[in-house]
Amino acid sequence: MRFVDEFRDAAAAEAVLSQLHAVRLSEPATFMEVCGSHTMAVSRFGIRSLLPEQLRLVSGPGCPVCVTPLRNIDHAIALSRLPHTIIATFGDLIRVPGSETSLERARAEGSDVRVVYSTLDALHLARTHPEHQVIFLGIGFETTAPTVAAALLQAHEERLQNFTVLSDHKVMPPPMRALMEAPDVHVRGFICPGHVSTVIGAGAYRFLAEEYGASSVVAGFEPLDILHALLLLARQAADGRAEVENAYGRAVTEQGNPAAKGLLARMFEPCDAAWRGFGVIPGSGLAIREEFGHLDAARRFEVHVPDAEDDPACRCPDILRGIVVPTECPLFARRCTPEAPKGACMVSSEGTCAAYYRYERRRPPVQGGDDPVGAKAAS
Amino acid sequence: MSAEERVLLAHGGGGSLSARLVREVFLPEFDNPELRRLGDSALVDLGTNRLAFTTDAYVVSPRFFPGGDIGTLAVAGTVNDLAVVGAVPRFLSCSFVLEEGLPIVDLRRIAASMAATAAEAGVVLVTGDTKVVERGGADGLFITTAGLGAMREALPAGWGEPRPRDVVLVNGTLGDHGMAVMSAREGLRFDSPIRSDCAPLNGLIAALFDAGVELRFLRDATRGGLAAVTNELAAGRDWGIQLSAKALPVSPSVRSLCEILGIDPLYVANEGKVVVVVAHEDEARALEVMRRHPRGTGAAAVGTIEAGLGGLVTLDTELGGRRILDMPLGEQLPRIC
Repeated sequence: MRFVDEFRDAAAAEAVLSQLHAVRLSEPATFMEVCGSHTMAVSRFGIRSLLPEQLRLVSGPGCPVCVTPLRNIDHAIALSRLPHTIIATFGDLIRVPGSETSLERARAEGSDVRVVYSTLDALHLARTHPEHQVIFLGIGFETTAPTVAAALLQAHEERLQNFTVLSDHKVMPPPMRALMEAPDVHVRGFICPGHVSTVIGAGAYRFLAEEYGASSVVAGFEPLDILHALLLLARQAADGRAEVENAYGRAVTEQGNPAAKGLLARMFEPCDAAWRGFGVIPGSGLAIREEFGHLDAARRFEVHVPDAEDDPACRCPDILRGIVVPTECPLFARRCTPEAPKGACMVSSEGTCAAYYRYERRRPPVQGGDDPVGAKAAS
Repeated sequence: MSAEERVLLAHGGGGSLSARLVREVFLPEFDNPELRRLGDSALVDLGTNRLAFTTDAYVVSPRFFPGGDIGTLAVAGTVNDLAVVGAVPRFLSCSFVLEEGLPIVDLRRIAASMAATAAEAGVVLVTGDTKVVERGGADGLFITTAGLGAMREALPAGWGEPRPRDVVLVNGTLGDHGMAVMSAREGLRFDSPIRSDCAPLNGLIAALFDAGVELRFLRDATRGGLAAVTNELAAGRDWGIQLSAKALPVSPSVRSLCEILGIDPLYVANEGKVVVVVAHEDEARALEVMRRHPRGTGAAAVGTIEAGLGGLVTLDTELGGRRILDMPLGEQLPRIC
């Protein structure tokens, strides 16, 4: 498969890995992949099993479903119970547990919940079901938010009366700043989210180097992209540098995508937003502008959503901030599994706990070694 | 399962939720030693011949797809369930649940597919039933077939007991059926359309038995794909299964579609693929027998059974890393068979 195989080439990967192993670090360094798609790729290609010992790779808050607070899930479920209502959502959200139930279970109980692959599908649902209210669950970062903004604008121009969005969109730089400010987080550098960066541009991470001395490398999602980013981060650490490097030049520019940014600014305004694991982060959310309030499900439909607390034993807050890895959570693979998840991180296809559960919940013995202890010791 | 639980689409995915449904709802009520084995077919003893007996329901949507239709599937699927337990499939029953308004021309076409598939498999459809439900009571048609087969007199010495150093083979490309149905359903078009692999495998399997290859285990890799079969096989054992990403046969179009949709082809259903575990000294001979058969031209060795893996299935990635290949959970794609 062209444009995929090249980035999974074993010989090229070996070359990058040998350079990575040759970098002399004076002390162990922790890097964070911010984005959930990176987390999945790291686990899926077994990248952690190939890294030098001095280099620790932890996962960050870049899975939009995972950082969505319980209350917002409950809000969506409450909306799904309104009469003549169709909830349109990306598939990721379906199985995420709210405080009492999930959209998947609400659907089995009679709610009309449809999985769509794009906001255009949601608009199409609204046009073809004029007797229903179609509510799209807008969850995502700068990558997906512009497509939702485009759908909102389209609905506005078509004067669609039955299409709204429950906006829980978030932006990436504020939580990265929050991580740098947190006394218990020690991250030397970031693998910056590639898709988000296509929109906001590599320049958006300058503050990390300038204000906090942290390295940033913007990376794509293929295994070679990730290995290359790690090599650049390790070299920065070894040289005592902190810079922004763009290792995803085939998709990301310094300035980002002005059309997408313009669309975001037209339809949304910054707001304070609650993040699971972080609490409220100032200016980290995107609210639908008042001018388009008729397209805002939160304004249009009143439902009662009680406050809800996460299970206190769940370590998601520390996992989302890269302080612990999922296998260190007492619930992981015991009381919290993909079948019976305690938190969104275990169900989202980009969740850190889901990635570890699927690919790394026990460490398989290394290739070629016939020592069975590894499998047992880590289980 | 608690009193408030309801059936979710995910309960039909062939993964751990499906297993729970069977274990917690049906097994306690129907419990008997033969059912408890949860094999593809039950082996029943009527005094003379040992028989294999199986049944399956087919609800695929759309009912016609490139490479087959619900009728091909209803015969091939049941034939394959008999063949993989070491039986020679002989007789089939079929029950139709038809929705009011179904075009008869569709039904004729499906019946013709069933007849053609039965002829290829050498089985006879000896009994059946038809029910019609009001419009909306079903989606077009559902078919249930049951199959009877005669157990082979002689099975290989190590049959049913895979062990370390055994080799895992498949008879061709993985994921074709699920992706063919998916692209037919979603109207995704490709230059070379993905065709379902849906076919009876009893001929291929008979060739392996007849060649005297030291077979240890056979299972058709339907819902949940290769990942589900290997995980079910390894569960609870001291050993595990080591697969190699580089060795797995996946066609370029299936790979591309899976890549676009974010689906792992190892979890995608096949309807004409069998996982064969064979003693390592017979690997080459088994591959040769399979490749000579029209249903096995793409046969490949994809992994080995390794001691010390503690019930895990692991995958050596394209990069040389190693990770777990887990049991699929919930619905991958609903209504593919």
